Parts: sequence; structure tokens; C-alpha cells
Amino acid sequence: MNLDIRKYAIGAFVILTGIILLGRLFFIQIIDDTYKASGDNNSQRKVTQYPARGQILDRNNLQIVTNQAAYDLMIVPKDVQPFDTVELARILDIPKEAIETNLRRLMPKQRKSLSAYKPALFLKQLSAETYAVLQEHLYKYKGFFVQARTLRNYVRPIAPHLLGYVAEVDSTEMKDTYYKIGDYIGKNGIEQYYEKELRGKKGVNIYQVDVRGQVKGSFFNGELDTMSVIGSDLTLSIDAELQAYTEQLMGKMRGAAVAIEPSTGEILMMTSVPNYDPSLLVGRVRSDYLKLSQDPGKPLFDRSVMSFYPPGSTFKVAQALAGLQQGTLTPYTTCSCAGGYTVGRFHMGCHAHASPLNLPQAIGNSCNTYFATAFRRMLDDKERSTRENYRLWRENILSLGFGEKLGIDLPQELSGKIPFAEDYDRKFFPTPESWRSLTLVSLAIGQGEIENTVVQMANFAALVANGGYFYTPHLIKKINGRDTVPPLYAEKRFTKVDTSHFKAVREGMYHAVSGSGGTARWVAIPDIEMCGKTGTAQNPHGTNHSVFIAYAPRNRPQIAVAVYVENAGSGTSWAAPIASLLIEKYLKGGTERLWMENRLLDFNLYDNHATAN
Amino acid sequence: MQRPTNLINGIDWITVGLYLVLVLTGWLNIYASVFDEQNANILSISQRYGKQLLWIITAISLAVMVCLIDARFYSSFAYPVYIIGLLMLIAVLIVGKEVNNSKSWFEIGSLQIQPSEFVKITTGLALAKYMGNYSGKLMQFRNVIIISATVCLPVILILLQHDLGSALVYLAFLIVLYREGLHSAILLFGMLAVVLFILSLLMQDVQGYLAGGLILLGFVVYLFKSRQIKLGLKGIGFFCMVFGVFFLVNLLTGARFDIHELLVGAFIPVFVFFAAFAAFRRLPHIRIIGLFIICALVFTFSVDFVFDKALDPHHQKRILVMLGKESDPKGIEYNVIQSKIAIGSGGFSGKGFLQGTQTKLHFVPEQSTDFIFCTVGEEWGFAGVFVIVTLFIVLLLRLIFLAERQRSVFSRVYGYSVVSILFMHFGVNIAMTVELMPVIGIPLPFFSYGGSSLWTFTILLFILLRLDASRYEYIR
Repeated sequence: MNLDIRKYAIGAFVILTGIILLGRLFFIQIIDDTYKASGDNNSQRKVTQYPARGQILDRNNLQIVTNQAAYDLMIVPKDVQPFDTVELARILDIPKEAIETNLRRLMPKQRKSLSAYKPALFLKQLSAETYAVLQEHLYKYKGFFVQARTLRNYVRPIAPHLLGYVAEVDSTEMKDTYYKIGDYIGKNGIEQYYEKELRGKKGVNIYQVDVRGQVKGSFFNGELDTMSVIGSDLTLSIDAELQAYTEQLMGKMRGAAVAIEPSTGEILMMTSVPNYDPSLLVGRVRSDYLKLSQDPGKPLFDRSVMSFYPPGSTFKVAQALAGLQQGTLTPYTTCSCAGGYTVGRFHMGCHAHASPLNLPQAIGNSCNTYFATAFRRMLDDKERSTRENYRLWRENILSLGFGEKLGIDLPQELSGKIPFAEDYDRKFFPTPESWRSLTLVSLAIGQGEIENTVVQMANFAALVANGGYFYTPHLIKKINGRDTVPPLYAEKRFTKVDTSHFKAVREGMYHAVSGSGGTARWVAIPDIEMCGKTGTAQNPHGTNHSVFIAYAPRNRPQIAVAVYVENAGSGTSWAAPIASLLIEKYLKGGTERLWMENRLLDFNLYDNHATAN
Repeated sequence: MQRPTNLINGIDWITVGLYLVLVLTGWLNIYASVFDEQNANILSISQRYGKQLLWIITAISLAVMVCLIDARFYSSFAYPVYIIGLLMLIAVLIVGKEVNNSKSWFEIGSLQIQPSEFVKITTGLALAKYMGNYSGKLMQFRNVIIISATVCLPVILILLQHDLGSALVYLAFLIVLYREGLHSAILLFGMLAVVLFILSLLMQDVQGYLAGGLILLGFVVYLFKSRQIKLGLKGIGFFCMVFGVFFLVNLLTGARFDIHELLVGAFIPVFVFFAAFAAFRRLPHIRIIGLFIICALVFTFSVDFVFDKALDPHHQKRILVMLGKESDPKGIEYNVIQSKIAIGSGGFSGKGFLQGTQTKLHFVPEQSTDFIFCTVGEEWGFAGVFVIVTLFIVLLLRLIFLAERQRSVFSRVYGYSVVSILFMHFGVNIAMTVELMPVIGIPLPFFSYGGSSLWTFTILLFILLRLDASRYEYIR
């Protein structure tokens, strides 16, 4: 067989393929009109369908955030014809010059260039009323069309920090190709953390448009359209009424308060003051943002999860647990105190109270001498070196939820600070061994280098309430009405401290509110057994910070709280009554101790400042 | 005697010219397809067209390098580079990066390399090397085994990466084998299998008829071949008679069976009778025809099975959409509809350079890579695509001519490998944009954006030009 002939067969096959392809192309490009008409310069317009963002509800299904309709006026530059700018300015209620500037900005130099085909935003967020009027006149403005959007609507002006806000995407966020210029995205808080759930899915409608820019109907019978999918509704663990009450009580203060349900880790309330009305950050005019960001009170700063605060005496509870775990402390250890802790030239003062005290009494009376002694005993434990004792102590403290992020569903959460042994090495140069237990003794009473966030303090109160474990605090309760909470939040987290050690500290915290010499006796709630611990964090720059952690009821606790008031004075005078009223509000629905309420409402931070200076 | 090779005179400048024209038009079209006024500078390397220019420059330097190497290098190192290619395919399965569901990319920094592209070259070389050296005929058992293994090993590895498109390209080697003596019946059977595959998918509900038709076809062919026309006529008469009887009986007894059942019912006794008759009379070719019928039946009814089990769901969908069995305009069909609109809207003379609206508004996904032909169709119209298609055809015919003028079998086989691979890419890619074929994501040679593919086609082509320059030497 002569194979040479086959080259002709192959050649013919190549040519035949070419002819078939050209034939098909000829058919599509010249004979068949369907494609020509569809691909005509003027014929397609893509209109994005923006879904409504998911609503945000509180734990009792009260609406916190919903949506309001808004309308963006768009233009397709190449279709725009000369029109009566004065009339349009009147309808839109903007100056005529603004219309001309916008047009100049959006109209490309060459009429046939690419951007002339792309719909561009002419004026955003028209109100429903303006839209209604405009709708009737729209036919006069060739090339203009309206795109429906939704904006946030804040039913209750509460909890701005934990909610976050919604604004236009910036260039870094646009790396996610889902977003296009002008799209909205959640920034901060729940809006950012649950962006994927809240945003839904954009859809696209492709319309057939004639030469005059009039919509003729959907393109390809709508076969190419995609439906938008509405965002998921979120049910938060927040109790909107409790939240509003707290914000009212702390209205003129600076600080934060957090309440957690110990049995689930659900955050019931999370307040940072000063705060702002979240609806200020919605809408066309965003000058409010600038004003807020320049306010010296830093209302945009979320003090509940971002502020690093010295915990003061509330930390004694954690110190007690660490000592018990290490075995250098027992509930029956006693220590006498004569107005302070003195070693050589070192002196740490203490207030007047009965002496000697055992552990529960020492917590109740907040005795500095007791905890200084206990802390040094822990670090000087002969079993290990001071460094090793410190490391062990640090691990125990970390397991109590301090010094690291808890994993709350908020993007802004920060870690607080429990220093490493190496930090002290650096601080007390030249030799690593140059720091001793006495050097660190202020840690014993929650001062020095320790810094906690308020949510960590609240979580700590919850884990003491539970007797040795906690659930990662979280804000999400349901997504779209279903309990689809991440399994992470349903996991019990045990600490490194044996659960048997919690009995004594719980007794101590009860003693603080109900025992003789207890530091917070005056805030005891009628009919409810509350446990708490005061703290007065020393502030070298001004008046001390007022701190209180608490849980109630003593048996079967339902709520754990931490309250932190900056520059207010002692823990018992300000933070404690706030916590007491919150607990009473949550458990009983309200209070009869109006005098206490009024005292708090009359608080004025700036008076306190004056006395401090 | 060997004449010394003069590269300047030896290189086929016609092919080089065609190559340059295609590459540069490709680049202009990539520019048009990702064009954006904010970034109109054609040299900006932050954009694809800028990057493609870098790819083109490097590709041309590669081409020069390929030409400077001695021609015998390509034959001596054919096997080692083939092995290296296979090792790369295995490596990519382990450390590769998954893109679009197929794990076929190496990622080195920001550079992405697809080894299955380069393996086309090494497979061509290895095939040429073996066929240049073997003694005897292609159809010898030993040769068939080794040649199939050479082609199938990379195919299997590529299929393991879930890259059906790249694997299909290797079917092109059938053309090479055909040129070197593959029995044309095998090619015919191959095509028949494809036709049957499509037919039985199209006629899924009435596969029985398809099978019946095939058997009938077998009979007719057989009767003609064995000159038994009379027997055939008798058969048809017999069938009509049986069917008539069945029909009447059915009518009288109250129409219990429908017409399909009657047809099949009448067919079976006639078939059995004739089979027995043929066997008894020892008619010629009976075994071949029997085999054909059995194969056809098995094939028809196994298509479903193969289709369900051997293909990924998205491949199944693409095929069904192409055949019009299924409609999915938002998903797979979207590309094709938009691609057809873009091309169709070009009309005769196109909308002009950078004026394609479909192109500009990015209606067609993957437009700078697999669907680059849409830009040509939209902006240059039928006139443009006519020129481009013609250029490709001329290039392919020129390459056939080059392959044929080689003295050594090695060079000729390699030449045909180049022709086949380019042809396959060209044909499938364009056919896909105009919906003559299901969407198979393979690039248009020299046109599509991408370094791996441009480099591959350049090296592939220039090795042939290098071999051609030395055609008076004997390379094996």
C-alpha cells in the first residue's frame, strides 16, 4: 500500500474542517439574524439586582436592624441626550450645578469609548418620595434609569459597636471579586463577621434596550437572568431591652459592660460608652463619620472587646484559683493584715478590716496583704525556679480566658495582655534572674502589666459561676431562624484549674456582697443572691477606674456581668451598682431601687475629671 | 553524504512569517478583549496584554534557542525528555494547584505552569524516535503495544488531573499513525464509534430502534457484500408478512400491544430464522457481520453506562447541552450563547478594533484565553475570521508539506505530530465557540492568552523548523 497518498487525505481533511468552520461562521455572522440583533450595540443592559440584607433580631425576636428602600439614579453615558437640568435639579432637590458636575465627571470624552456603555452611578440613595416623583418624569431623561438598593434601618438605636455598620466597599475589600465599585459591605461588628450570611446573593437582569435607550423587555426571554437571593436574618443572643437599659445607665460614663449567660456563653448585653446612634452612619451624607472619629471621647472605639484595662482587685479571684491549683494556697490558709503588706522598704497599703482572714473572707474583704502573700508563695514555690513558677502561673491564668482572644464572633476582638516571663527579662535587664517574686507583686492585686478586656472579665465571671468551665462567648443565636450556631460555640471549655477549687472562690464572691466586711454589701439585690467582686484599678493619670464582676443567682446562675467605668473612682461606688441593677433588670424585669438608678443617671464624668485634676 | 546545514537558508521563512502574523494578531485581540480605558497602555505589564507581550518576547527567544541547538539533539534526547515529562505529570498530581476542578498547574511564585502542555512536545518526539527506529510494520503487535503505551501514558496521567480537554488533544496522534500506516478501518471504526455515541445519547429513549437500525444496516451491508440481494428481498417480504399477521391479530384481540412492541416482536423471529439459515448454509463473511452486530448492540446499550460512570458531571452536562438535550443558559450554556452572540454580532465586517461591545462589557467569560476567537469574530467580522481561519489552514498545509519533504522517518513523524496537535487545538477551539462541539477548554494556538500554551506551541513548531533546516542530514 502506498502511504504517500494519505498526505492528500490528511490535507483534504484539514481543508474540509476549515470549510465547515467557515460555513458555520458564515451562518452565524451573516445569515442568522438572531445573534446580530442580540449583540447590537444598543441592545443589552445588565442591571444588578441587589438583595435586601438580612435583618438582625434580638434573642426575643425584637427587631434591631431592618432595611429601608433607597434608589440609585444611574446613567448610561452614551444614551444621555440634552435635557432640562433645572427641572431635574428640582425633582432631585439638589443644586443645578451638582447635576452639571456629575455629568461632566461621568461623560467620557469619546462617545463610543468603553465607559460610555457601562452604567454609572449618577446620584445615590434617593428617598422613596423623590423616587416616586422622579419615576413620572424619567421618560424625559434619556439614558437615566433607577436601580433599587436597600439601606440599613435601625429600629432601636442601640449597640452600635457590636453591630458594626454597612458602607461602600473599599479597594482592599474588592479583592473579593463578588464586590463591584459602589457595592455595600459590612464593616466591623456583626455586619462584618457575618457578611457572607447577611449579604445574600446579587442577581443580574439583562434587558433588551432599543436605540433610544428604552427597555423593550428581558433579553433572551430572561434565560440569562439570575435571581438575587435575600440575605439571611440573624438572631442575636443580645437582649435588646437589657442593652438599652445599660446604655441609658452608663450614658454619661466612659467604659464598657458585658453580660453573658453562663450556661450557654451567649452574650446578653455588650455595651461600650460613649457610643453613637448607628443611623448616623447611614445615608448619602457621611460627614457624621468624620465628626465621630474626631470626638475626643472616641465613640467609635469598642471598649468592650478592644480596650486593655487593668482588672484591679477583680483579678484576685483568678489569683486565688491559680494558687489553689498550684497547691500553695488552701481555702483555710489564713493571713493577718495590719493595714498593709510591708517587706523591707516595700509597702503596699490595705484598708481596714477584720484580721486574720481565710480565703473566702479575703476575697470578700479584698485584702491586699493576703493576695500579695499568696502570690509570692506561688512564685517562690521551692519545686521550681521563679521563672518556671511564673510560666505555670501564666498557663493557669491563660486557661481562665485571659491574655488571648476568646474567639468571639466579632472581628475587632483583641487579646488583652498577660506578660511572658521573657517580657520581664527584657524589662529588668541586665540579667534574666534580676526579677523576683517581690518585683511582680503588684500582679497579685491585678495591677502592673496585666491588662484584660471587659468581655474577658465577664467570661471569667461566667466560668466561676459555672464552677470551672465556659462556652466561648458569642453573639449569634440563630441564622435564618434555625439554630445553625457553629459547633465551636457549643463546646465546653475547661480550665487548667480543677473544678473542686471553685467552691472557695464562689463562697468568697458571695461573701463580698453578703458577708461581714464585704466590699459590695450595699448593692445586694433584694430576693436574689448575687456573687461579685469589686475592683478599683489604680490609674496613674487620673481618678481610679471602677470595676465590678458578678453573677446571679448564686445557685443556678443565669447571668454573669463585668462592668468597667473609667475614671469613676472605687469599684463599689459605681461599677457595682450598675451591675446590680443590670442583674435585677434581667432577672426581675426592673428595679424598685430608683434612688440607685437616679444616682447613676446623675453621674457626670466631667465632674469626676475635675476632681481628679 | 551530508550537506552542512545553513540555518539562515534552511529555516522555512514562510512558516516563521505565518507564526509571527498569528502571534501578533493574537496579541492585538487579547488587548482588545481585556481593554479598559483606565489602563489603555498596551505595554502595561499589570494587564494581560502587557504580560502576553512578555510571553511573546520570551517565546521568540526560545524559538531562536531551539533553532541554535543541533538537530540531532532532539532525536538523541527524545526518550529522556519524554520520561522527564511523565515525571512532571506525576509531580503535578502531588504538589499541583487546583484550578477549576483540575489539578494541572504548578505554581512557582506568581508563575503558573501547566506541564500537560509541554508533554505534547515530548510525546511527539518520543513517538517519532520510536517510529523512526522500528523495523517492520506499524501494525505488528509489538509496535502497536509500544506506540499505544507512548501515547496513552500521558493521557492517563492527564485524565487523573481531571483535565479532559488536554487529554482529548492526544487523539490527534491518530492522524500521525494514519499517515504512518494505521489501517483506515480502525480510523473508520473510531469515527463510527463517535457517531454512535452521539446518536445513542440523542436517542436515549428509543435506543431499541437505534440497535435495530444497526442490525438492519449490518444485514444490508452483508447482503450486498455477499451478493444475496434476492435473499434480502425475501427477508423483507418475510418480515412484512409476520408483522402483518401480528398487526391483524393484535387488532382483533383488542390492541393489547403498541406498534413498537409489534415491530420488535416481528423482528425477532425473522432475525433468528435468518441467523440459523445463514449458519446452516455457511454463507461467506458470516462471522464478521455477526461480530459487527454484537459490537453495535453492546456499544449502543453501554453508552449510558460509560457516559454515567466515566465522565464527570460537568462534562456530561456540556455534551448534553451541545446536543440540545439539556438547557442550562445560566451555567454552561451561558458561555456558548454569549460567545455566539459576540461572534454573530460582528456581521460581515465587524465592529472595528476595540469597538466590540460584547467583548468590552465582558459578557463572555474566559475571553482572553479559551474564547479569544469571539473577539476576532466581533471586532473583525466574517472578513476577519475568514482571514484567520485561512491563515491557520495555510499554516497547517505548509507544515504537511514540510513534514512530507523530510528524508528521515523521525522528522516526518514529528512533523505530523505538530500538524495534528495544532489542527486539533485549532479545530476544537473554534468549533466550541460556534457550538459545533461541546465546550472543551483548550487554547487557540498562538492566540489565547497564556505563557504555557504560547511557549509550547512555539517550541513545538520551531523544533520542526529546526529539523526541516537539517532535512538533508539523516536524523534518526
